[in-house]
Amino acid sequence: MSGLTYMRYELLRAFRNRRFFVFSLGVPLVIYFVVAGPNRNVHNYNGVGISLPTYYMVSLASFGTMLAMISSGARIAGERQAGWTRQLRITPLSVRAYFRAKVLTSYAMAVISLLLLYIAGASLGVSLPAHSWLAMTGLVLVGLLPFAALGITLGHLMTVESIGPITGGTVSLLAIVSGTWFPITHGFLHDLGQWLPSYWLVQAGRAAITGHGWGLMGWAVIAGWTIALTALAGLVYRRDTGRV
Amino acid sequence: MSSGIQLEGLVKSFRNQHGSVRAVRGIEVSIAAGETVALLGPNGAGKSTTIDMMLGLTRPDSGSVSLFGRSPRDAVAAGRVGAMLQTGALIRDLSVRELITMMASLYPHPMDVEEVISLAGLTQAAGQRTQKLSGGQTQRVRFAVALVSDPDLLLLDEPTVSMDVEGRRDFWAAMRAYAAGGKTVIFATHYLEEADANADRAVLMAHGRIVADGPTTEIKARVGTKTIRATLPDADPAELAALPGVATADRHGASVILRCADSDRAIRALLERYPSVRDIEIAGAGLEEAFLELTSDPDEDPHTQPPTRVEIAR
Repeated sequence: MSGLTYMRYELLRAFRNRRFFVFSLGVPLVIYFVVAGPNRNVHNYNGVGISLPTYYMVSLASFGTMLAMISSGARIAGERQAGWTRQLRITPLSVRAYFRAKVLTSYAMAVISLLLLYIAGASLGVSLPAHSWLAMTGLVLVGLLPFAALGITLGHLMTVESIGPITGGTVSLLAIVSGTWFPITHGFLHDLGQWLPSYWLVQAGRAAITGHGWGLMGWAVIAGWTIALTALAGLVYRRDTGRV
Repeated sequence: MSSGIQLEGLVKSFRNQHGSVRAVRGIEVSIAAGETVALLGPNGAGKSTTIDMMLGLTRPDSGSVSLFGRSPRDAVAAGRVGAMLQTGALIRDLSVRELITMMASLYPHPMDVEEVISLAGLTQAAGQRTQKLSGGQTQRVRFAVALVSDPDLLLLDEPTVSMDVEGRRDFWAAMRAYAAGGKTVIFATHYLEEADANADRAVLMAHGRIVADGPTTEIKARVGTKTIRATLPDADPAELAALPGVATADRHGASVILRCADSDRAIRALLERYPSVRDIEIAGAGLEEAFLELTSDPDEDPHTQPPTRVEIAR
């Protein structure tokens, strides 16, 4: 695999960027403790059959990891503005290796975010069988694929100035519609949410805990968005760099 | 001719809000391996666009680029080309040494990282984070990044912008040391002195065309004309024009204007022959003015009239 050293330094850079690190990892944790801390004894949240700390651990895991994935867009936009992308284009680093480094860096951030939320959940009394933890982690990692592509797309479409608000707004809207903050069990938002990858990301935790998995609909929606957004990312990249 | 660099019939236009701008209007250059060539011209001459096409960053509307017998993209993928682009910051959160190591890892046969650091004059700054560097240090790091692949062709687009005097001197010394190893170096500049001091050959560009191409000494004589103005009431213009180093002489009342190929010789001769001369001013012809003189009509259609190309003894 080409670009291993390159990727190692990409990771190092991500970990050294304190502000970025604190915001994408710290914010979900703080929200979790603020919301779930005082309500740790709510055992059947809104009648969905799981405790409030579990519900919000899953919610914020999806929110935090989604944020971590899309934030690769901010790094790409920054490198474009600095002219670094052009500098890389005159090296033998392939486009594929470049994006692989970006996606894997985002995944590393997402995994750390996930683990921190698991630990936070456990500290508030969340207790699950081992297979549920594993199933949840696996589904979340798969469910993040469309967001990896979305991050790259936004990174090549937006400027450094516009990408912050766009990313924040997108994640917030997706979070509401997908039932991150409160369960949406019927109505228009529920019907709309079913077609969004973020809905299934939030559902990854609940599905693992209740043992139902995603079902065909979930896999199809994630696969569809992954294919569509990857194609879009390729298109936007080519338009941005004038490369065929 | 697979050993050198060939630019054939390069044409490139850009669209902007005023319509189409013809940035490059037919460039023909052949550069042998091992040459150090200055691409000289004022802003907007098409130097950067030409360099971008040589790197495969911009696709020409027509014409072709061959680098050592390969397309730019293949030459780049093989790690044979290094470049300092005109604009570009560094990525942050890495030390200078880490950044250069990261870039070295992308190439098949990179130079030793410590050697590059020392060649680029970065020994003191090697441990510093890239976001803490001065403008001049940043340029040195960009030079190191261009060198690290040990490229056969080094392209430098206005490399000394934002360097101080000492930085420039060190930079050119490092560049010449690299070129002395038999490497091909092409650099863009709008300073005639930089071209004169550091290149074997200068290619002059104006309005997207080559207006002169030859050894720097010839180019210098051609565009390096200086003007001497002085008060000298009863001199004969024909006698003045015959002075050593003077090309033409004009009189306007009591003042004379001498256009000189060699103003040093001209001023000595002038003072010797006419001790009463006073109010002497010597002004260098700006490079931009010289370029404008060398270009005929910038807006003529290249299809109705072939690009002007002044050949100077090669």
